[in-house]
Amino acid sequence: MIEMKGISKTYRVRRREAGLGNAVRSFFSPAYSEIEALRDVSFTIPDGQIVGYIGPNGAGKSTTIKILCGILRPDGGECRVNGMVPWEERKAYVSRLGVVFGQRSQLWWDVPVGDSFALLKEIYRVPDKLYRENVERLTELLELEGLLTAPARTLSLGQRMRCEIAAALLHSPEVLFLDEPTIGLDAVSKLKVRDFIREENRLRGVTVILTTHDMQDIDALSHRVLLIGKGRLLLDGSIEEIRAMAGENLSTEESVADLYRRFGI
Amino acid sequence: MKKYLSFFRMRLIAGFQYRTAAWAGISTQAVWGLLYVLLYRALYLAAPERLPMEIQALCSYVWVQQAFFSGWNPYAWEGELFSAVQTGTVAYELLRPADLYTMWTARTLALRLSRGALRFPPIILLGLLLPAPYGLRLTIGPAACGAFLLSFLLTLFLCCCLTMLCYGLTFYATDPKGIISIFAALSEFLSGGALPLPFFPPLLRRVAELSPFGSLQNVPLRIFGGDIAGAAILPALALQLFWCVVLAAAGYALLQRGLRRTVIAGG
Repeated sequence: MIEMKGISKTYRVRRREAGLGNAVRSFFSPAYSEIEALRDVSFTIPDGQIVGYIGPNGAGKSTTIKILCGILRPDGGECRVNGMVPWEERKAYVSRLGVVFGQRSQLWWDVPVGDSFALLKEIYRVPDKLYRENVERLTELLELEGLLTAPARTLSLGQRMRCEIAAALLHSPEVLFLDEPTIGLDAVSKLKVRDFIREENRLRGVTVILTTHDMQDIDALSHRVLLIGKGRLLLDGSIEEIRAMAGENLSTEESVADLYRRFGI
Repeated sequence: MKKYLSFFRMRLIAGFQYRTAAWAGISTQAVWGLLYVLLYRALYLAAPERLPMEIQALCSYVWVQQAFFSGWNPYAWEGELFSAVQTGTVAYELLRPADLYTMWTARTLALRLSRGALRFPPIILLGLLLPAPYGLRLTIGPAACGAFLLSFLLTLFLCCCLTMLCYGLTFYATDPKGIISIFAALSEFLSGGALPLPFFPPLLRRVAELSPFGSLQNVPLRIFGGDIAGAAILPALALQLFWCVVLAAAGYALLQRGLRRTVIAGG
C-alpha cells in the first residue's frame, strides 16, 4: 500500500539572463528562484494495482518517483509505502523496491550483463534458489536468451531495456517504479515490455507505478490513471473516465492532450 | 561484508578487460623509469656527495614506484563515478540496500588492484635485469620487508580515502575538473611522485612529510630503499595510519552530507 498525504517539494534554482555581463554579476551575487515541483499531492494506491502516472514534461512526475524511492526528501507531507517512510529507513526500504529509470542505466557498461546480475544478487542478498528461479523466469519472459553473456555496451536499446527491467526484478520486489520504461523502444520491444509488466502484475501481484508519455502504455497497462500538472494532482480515475471527460471519439492520446489544454498545463 | 566483496570482484573483472591500456601503461612506466634512472645517474656521476639518498636506494625507489604506479598514484579516478554524480545516475546507487561509501571504496580499491596486478611484473623484471646500482635490488632485512608490505597496504588504502574525498567533493561542484587538477598536482608533488622528498629543502620536506600526501608512496618506497630505517619506521607507519583514519572519517562525512543536499535533476 502506497500512501502520500499532502506532499510538497520546492526546488531552488539559480538563474540569470544570458550574456557575459550577467554571468559576471551572477558569479558575485547569484539570484535564485523557487520552483514548486509538488504542491499538496495526496493519493493512496492499494497492493497489486498498476497506476499510470501522467502529465506533461516538468509536471512533477519524476519528483514524485524520487520521493517514493527515498532519494529525495519532501519539504512537507507524509508518505508511507508498506508502512515505511522511504527517506527515513532507506536501506531496509529499498531492498523491497524495484526501480527502472528509462533514461539511465544500472548495468555495468563494459562487462557482460550476467555479471551485473550476479552483483545485484549479492547486494540484495538474494538466496541462490530464488535467484536462479528469477533469472530463469525473467530470461524466458523478457527473452534474454543470449543477452546475458554480452557486455551491456554491445546491446541495442531495446535489448538493454529488457535487461534493465530484469535487473530491477531479481530480488522479487513488492513495489515496482518504472520511469519511462518504453522510451525510445521499437514496437516489438515495447510490446514485449508491456506484456511482461502485465504478467508480472497478474501472477505476482506486484504494485506498479508507471510514468510515461506513451499513452498506449497507459491504455495497455493501467488500472488507474493519476494526472499531474504544475505540481498538483488534477485527476484520479480510470482511462474510461478520462476518455469520457474529453470529447467524443478521441483516442487516449487526444483525450489526454485535450485535458492538458483544458487544465492549462 | 559479502556484498562489498562482490563489488570488489566485479570491479576486478571489469578492470582485467582493458588489455591495451595495460600494455600502454607498462611501456609508459618502463620508459619513465629509464628516464628517471638516467637523470639520477647523471647527478650521481657529476656530484655523488650532493645526492640526498644512496644511488641504489634512489633507483630501487624509481623501479618500485613505476611498477606499482597505477596501484597507488593518488589520482587514479574512475571517470564513471564522477559522471554518475554529475548526470544523476548516482540515483541508482542510492537505491541499493548498501552503504555508498563502503561500496565505492571497495570499487576504488579493486580498480587499483586490477590495474596494478596486470602491470607490475614486467617492470619489476626490467628493474631486476638492469645492472646495480641502476636496477632494482632488495637491500633490506626481513623485518623492514614486513614494514614495507604493511606500509604498501596503508598507502593503497590512503589513496582510496583521498579518491573518495574527491568523489565526495563532486557533490558540491557543478564540474569536478577544477578540484581534480589541483588535487592531482598537489598529490603528485607532495607524495614524492615527481621527486623523492629528501631532495626537497628542509622546511618544504617537513611540510610534505607531515601532510597526508607524504604518507602515500613516499613511505613504502623509502622503507624499501632503506632510507627510512630502524626507529624511523614506526612513526612513519603510525602517521600513515593516522591519515587513513582521519581521511576516511572526513570522506564519509562529506559524502553523507553531499547526499543529503543533493537533488537529482531531470527525468
